Amino acid sequence: MSDVEDAITWAYRDEWARVVAGLTRRFGNLDLAEEAAAEAFATAVARWPADGVPPNPGAWLTTTANRKAIDRLRRENQRDAKHKEALMVSDNTPPESIGAIDDDRLRLIFTCCHPSLAMENRVALTLRMIGGLTMPEIARAFLVPENTMGQRITRAKAKIKAARIPYRMPSAADLPDRVSAVLAVLFLVFNEGYLATGPGAGPVRADLTAEAIRLTRLVRDLMPEDGEVTGLLALMLLTEARSTARISANGELIPLDEQDRGAWNPVLIAEGHRLVRERLAAAATGEVPGRYQILAAIGAVHTSARDIRDTDWSQILALYDQLVNVDPSPIIALNRAIAVAELDGPEVALATVDRLEKALNGYHAFHATRADLLRRLARTQDARAAYDKAIDLAGNTAETANLTRRRDQLQ
Amino acid sequence: MQYLISVIDDKSNPGSLDKRPGISEFNERLIADGYWVFAGGLADPDAATVIDNRGEDPVISDGPFVESKEYLAGLWVWEAPDLDVALALAAEASKVCDRKIEVRPFA
Repeated sequence: MSDVEDAITWAYRDEWARVVAGLTRRFGNLDLAEEAAAEAFATAVARWPADGVPPNPGAWLTTTANRKAIDRLRRENQRDAKHKEALMVSDNTPPESIGAIDDDRLRLIFTCCHPSLAMENRVALTLRMIGGLTMPEIARAFLVPENTMGQRITRAKAKIKAARIPYRMPSAADLPDRVSAVLAVLFLVFNEGYLATGPGAGPVRADLTAEAIRLTRLVRDLMPEDGEVTGLLALMLLTEARSTARISANGELIPLDEQDRGAWNPVLIAEGHRLVRERLAAAATGEVPGRYQILAAIGAVHTSARDIRDTDWSQILALYDQLVNVDPSPIIALNRAIAVAELDGPEVALATVDRLEKALNGYHAFHATRADLLRRLARTQDARAAYDKAIDLAGNTAETANLTRRRDQLQ
Repeated sequence: MQYLISVIDDKSNPGSLDKRPGISEFNERLIADGYWVFAGGLADPDAATVIDNRGEDPVISDGPFVESKEYLAGLWVWEAPDLDVALALAAEASKVCDRKIEVRPFA
C-alpha cells in the first residue's frame, strides 16, 4: 500500500465518526451528514494522490465535508419550513458531571443506539454512522441482502427524524440505561463476530470483533469513568485473546479446557487484565460492578491460569454468584453450573442444570452442557440424546463440529 | 413537537380502576410544565360505531374497526421538545395509569 493510500485509510478510521458527528451537529440532519462525509472522503481519494496528503487530514476532511453539505443544500434549495422543523434537537449545555467528555461523537452514539430504535436497526446505524462501514460491508457481515440492510438504516434515520430523537447527551438520570443500550449494541456486534451463525458463515468473523473492540475503545475514551464501558472492553479483549486457540485447523471449536494456552494473545490479555485491575480498585472503594465487569473478571481468572488445572474455580464460582445477583437469567445460571461441576462434581451440577430445562430447552448450550455432564457421569445413552439435541440447535459451524465429535467419541 | 400518547389497556389483564386521583394530579403537573395539549379517557370499545361511506351508501357497523385484546383506553396530546422528554413523561404516565403507553409523533 502506498503512503497516500495508507494516509487515507487511517484518516477514514480516525476521522469518519468525527466528521459525520460534526456535520450532524451543524446541519441537524443525519442523511446530509452521511452523504457529505462520504463525498469528502471520495474527494480525498481522488485528490490526495496528486496533491499530496494535507498537513492536517482531519481539518481538511471537515472543511471539505462542510462545503459539500452546503453545496448539497444549495442544490436542493428546499429548506422550507417543514424541513427546518425536521432538524434534530441539539443543545450545547455541557453534560452534568458524569465523567463523559462532551464530544459530538458521543452524542451521535447515543442517538444511533437510542432504545426506541429496534435493536437490529441500532446495530446497522451505529456501524454505518460511527464505524464508517459501507452498506455492502454491513450487509455482508450480517449475511443479509444489501437492500435489507439499507432499509434498516433508512428506517432508523426516518424514525429519528419523525419522532425527534435528540442529538445530545442523555440526562444524568437516564445515563445508566442509555449506556447499557449502547453497550448492548457493541456486545451484539462482537458476539456476531465471535459466534457467527448461519450455514454460510465462517465460525469467526474477525472484522466484526475488531470493529466492536475499536468502537468500544472509542466509547471508553469518551466515557473513561464508566465502569461498565471499561468492563465490556476488558471482556472483549480477554475473549478475543483466546480466539486464535479457539478454532482448530479443520474448523472445529476447541473448548476452553482443550485449548493451547500458549496460542493465546499475551498483549490483549495484559491489556484486559490491566482494565480488570482498574475496575477491582474501583470496586474496593465501594463501586458496585455491573455484569460486564463481572464477566470480564471471570475472563481474567480463566486467562490467569497457565493450565486448565490451575483454574481458580472457587473464585469463578464466587464471581458467578455475584453475577446472578445482578442478572438472574437462566443463561448465567447455566454457566455457573459449569463452575459448580468443577468444584462439587457433575452430579450436583446436573441437578442445577436440569432445573433450567423449562427456560432453556431451545438453547443449544443447555443441551451441550447437560451432555458433557452426563458423559462425565457415564450415562452414555442420555449423553448421546443430549448431544443430538445440541447439534440440532447449534447455529455455529465450529460448534456443531465439536459437538458431533464429542458425541461420536462416546463409548 | 406534538406527540399522541395512547393509553393501552388489555381485556384479559386490565389495569386497576382506582387511578383517577393520580391521573388528575399528573394532568395538573403537565399543564403547569407546559406539556399538556389535550387529554381524554374513552368509553369501552364496544360503544364504538364504524361508518364507511366510500361506496354508494354509508355502511354503519357496530363495534370498533378492529377487535383486539389490547385497545385504546384513553389518550393525551403533549407538546414536548423531543422524544426523550416525551418518553420520560410517558414512563410516569404508565405508572400513574397502571397501563402501557404508546408515544407517537404527529407528522
